[in-house]
Amino acid sequence: MSDDTHTGPVLAADGTPLKKKLAQALFVSRARAFALVAPLLLFIVISFMVPIISLMIQGVKNDTFSRNMPLTTAVLADWDTTTPPDESMYAALVGDLIQARKDKTIGQVATRVNRELSGTRSMFTKTARKAAKLSPPYAAALQDIDEDWGDMAVWQAMKVASLKYSPAFYAAALDMEYKADGSFERLPERDRIYVYLFIKTILIAATVTLATLVLGYPVAWLLASLPARQSNLLMILVLLPFWTSLLVRTTAWIAMLQAHGVLNNLFVWIGLTDDDHRFSLIYNMTGTIIAMTHILLPFMILPLYSVMKGIPPSYLRAAKSLGATNWTAFWRVYFPGTIPGIGAGGLLVFILAIGYYITPALVGGQDGQMISNFIAYHMQKSLNWSLAAALGGILLMIVLIFYWLYDKIVGIDNMKMG
Amino acid sequence: MAKLPPYTTTGQKIWHYTFRFLTGLVFLFLITPILIIIPLSFNHEPYFTFTSGMLHLDPEAYSLRWYRDIFANGMVNPDATGAEWWSDMWNNAQWIRATKNSFIIGFWATLLATGFGTLAAIGLSRSEMPFKGAIMSLLISPMIVPLVVTAAGMFYFYSNDFNPFVEGKQALAGSKLGVILAHAALGTPFVIITVTSTLVGFDKSLTRASANMGAGPLRTFFKVQMPLILPGVISGGLFAFITSFDEVVAVLFLAGPEDKTIPRQMWSGIREQISPTILAVATILVAISIVLLATLEMLRRRSERLRGLSPS
Repeated sequence: MSDDTHTGPVLAADGTPLKKKLAQALFVSRARAFALVAPLLLFIVISFMVPIISLMIQGVKNDTFSRNMPLTTAVLADWDTTTPPDESMYAALVGDLIQARKDKTIGQVATRVNRELSGTRSMFTKTARKAAKLSPPYAAALQDIDEDWGDMAVWQAMKVASLKYSPAFYAAALDMEYKADGSFERLPERDRIYVYLFIKTILIAATVTLATLVLGYPVAWLLASLPARQSNLLMILVLLPFWTSLLVRTTAWIAMLQAHGVLNNLFVWIGLTDDDHRFSLIYNMTGTIIAMTHILLPFMILPLYSVMKGIPPSYLRAAKSLGATNWTAFWRVYFPGTIPGIGAGGLLVFILAIGYYITPALVGGQDGQMISNFIAYHMQKSLNWSLAAALGGILLMIVLIFYWLYDKIVGIDNMKMG
Repeated sequence: MAKLPPYTTTGQKIWHYTFRFLTGLVFLFLITPILIIIPLSFNHEPYFTFTSGMLHLDPEAYSLRWYRDIFANGMVNPDATGAEWWSDMWNNAQWIRATKNSFIIGFWATLLATGFGTLAAIGLSRSEMPFKGAIMSLLISPMIVPLVVTAAGMFYFYSNDFNPFVEGKQALAGSKLGVILAHAALGTPFVIITVTSTLVGFDKSLTRASANMGAGPLRTFFKVQMPLILPGVISGGLFAFITSFDEVVAVLFLAGPEDKTIPRQMWSGIREQISPTILAVATILVAISIVLLATLEMLRRRSERLRGLSPS
C-alpha cells in the first residue's frame, strides 16, 4: 500500500471501479447462459404454451353468435332479460336470420344456441328458410312460424350465446348453467355428467397410484437390497415394460383379459369358473385400472428404487440389534426414509394417470372412460371446442396443482429417467 | 441368492420366502403380458388366444402368416414376385408406410429436441443462469401436461393459416410438420433431464483448463465438453425418439390421413379390425425395445466409466 491517499473504490486495470466491472462480467455470463436456453424456451413458448393458452381462451370466448348475428347481438346487449322482447328486437333477429342464411352460417348459430337451450336448433333453421318472405310486424310473423319465439327462455339463451366472452362453457364443464341474468344454476340431477366424471377420473388415478405403490414398494426394496449383479438382472424386468410401446402393452392386456383371453381360459381350466361365467375383465373399469397399473408401475418403482438405494442397510441392522422387532425396524427406521421416494413416485404416477387417454379409450369400454376421452370426443366428434377447452382447462388446473406440489416436495431437478 | 445367516428364526425364514414369492408375482405381472404376445403372434388361427394345437406344441398350429400379413396389408398385388413385389410392398403396404412415417417424424423431432434440449441443459446447469427454477419447470411441463390437452391445443392453434403469403390455406394441422413440432416439444423434457444429470458430474475445471490453453468457447465445447456429455445426449435423444415413436395422441389430432405412424396404425387396428397382425407388429416392437434397452445400458456404463465412477 504505497498510495495511502487513495480512498475511492477499488479500480480495475482500465480504471473502471472493480464493482462495476464485476457486475458487467456477471451480466455477460448470465446473458450467455440465458442465450443457450433461449432457443428452446422460444420453441416451447411458441409451439406448446401459446397453443394451450389459445385453447384455454377458446374456453371463455365464443363469437359464433356475435359474429354472425350482429344486429341481434347489439339489441340483446341492451335487453334486461325480463321484459318481453319488443318489435325492434324481432326485426333485428329477422335481419340477421336472412343474412345468416345467405352466408350459410345459420347452422353454426343454431348449434351455438342449441347448446344453451336444447331443442332450438330446428327452430332457427326453419325460420331462417322463411325469413326473407316475412313482413312486419315481425313479432307476430315469427311466432306464426314457431310459437316458441315468444318464449323468454329462447331469448335468454340467445343472450348468453351472444356474449363474446362468457363463463358459460366452464359452467357447463362443472354441470352448471350460466343464466342470462348472470347467475349460475346447477343442472338437474339427470343432466350432471362432468363433475361425476372428474371425480371418477381422480378416483381411478388414485386407485392406480395406490396399486402401483403396493406392488412397486416390495419390488423396489428387493432391487435395492440385492447385490448389484442380481438386481441389474431383475431391473431388466422392470425396464423392458418401461421401454415397450404403450400400444403394445395395451394390446397385450387385451390378449390377456378378454373373455376368451389367456387369463379367462386359465381360470376355466383350473376350475375357478365355468365356460358360461367367464369374468369380464376388460372393456370396463377393471380393465382400465389393470392396464394402467401395469403401464405406470415402472414410474413408481424407479424413483422408489433410487431413494431406497441411498438408505444404508446398516440402519435396519442397527435397529434390530438395538432390540427392535422386524416390523418396528421397518416402520420406524426404514419406511420414514423412503417417504421422499413414495412422494416422487406417487405424484408422478398420479399426474400421468389423471390425463390418460389411450388406454381407457381402448380397454375402458363404457364405464372405464376418463375425462381425457371426453375432451377428445368434444374436440373431434361433437366439435364443441369451447366445452373441450373448458374441460381441458379444469384438468390442466388439477395437474398443475400436483406439479407444483411435486416441485415443492421432490424438486424438478431431481427427476431422473431410467 | 444371498444365503440367510444361520441365526434367522423360522418366522424370519417364512417371511423371507413369502416376500420373495410376492415380489416374484409382481415381476410376473410386469413381464407376462409382454412375453405372452410373442407366442400368440405365431398363431395360425385369427384369434388372440392360445388354440389347443398351440398348447400341444403342434407345429401345424404355428405359422408366420401374420408376419407375412404385415407386408401384404394394403398391397395392390400381394401374390406378385420379384421386383414387382418389392416395389409394391415398399410403396403400398400400410405397415411399411407407417414405419416410414414413424421414422421420418421421429428423426426430425429427435433432431429438434436433442439440439435445443442439449443447449438448454448446458445453460440450465450453469450456476449463473437467471430464473432457473421457473424456466426449468416450464421446459419440463410438456411431460406432465395431459397429452390430450397438448394435442387439442396444438390442433386448435395449428388449424390457423400460418403462412398468409402462399395461396390456399396452409395449416400445420393435418401435416407431418405439425406432428414433428408436437413430438419435438414432447421430447425435450427427456433430453433436458438426461443431459443435466450427466452435467451434474461434469468437472468445470476442464473447461477452464481448455480456455486457459487458448481454446475458444466453441472448440472447448466440441473437444472437451461434448465428448464427456455425449452419452447423456445420446440417451436423451433415444428417449426423445422413443417418445415420438410411441406417441399416438398428437398423431390422432394433428396428422393427415397419409401420415399414419406405427402406433396410429395399431390404434386403428385395435379399434376396427382386431387381427393377430397387431401382435406380430407388437412382437417386433418388443424386440426393438430390447435392443434399445441394451444400448442405453451400455451408454450408461460408458458414461460412468468416462466420468471416473465405478460401474455399478
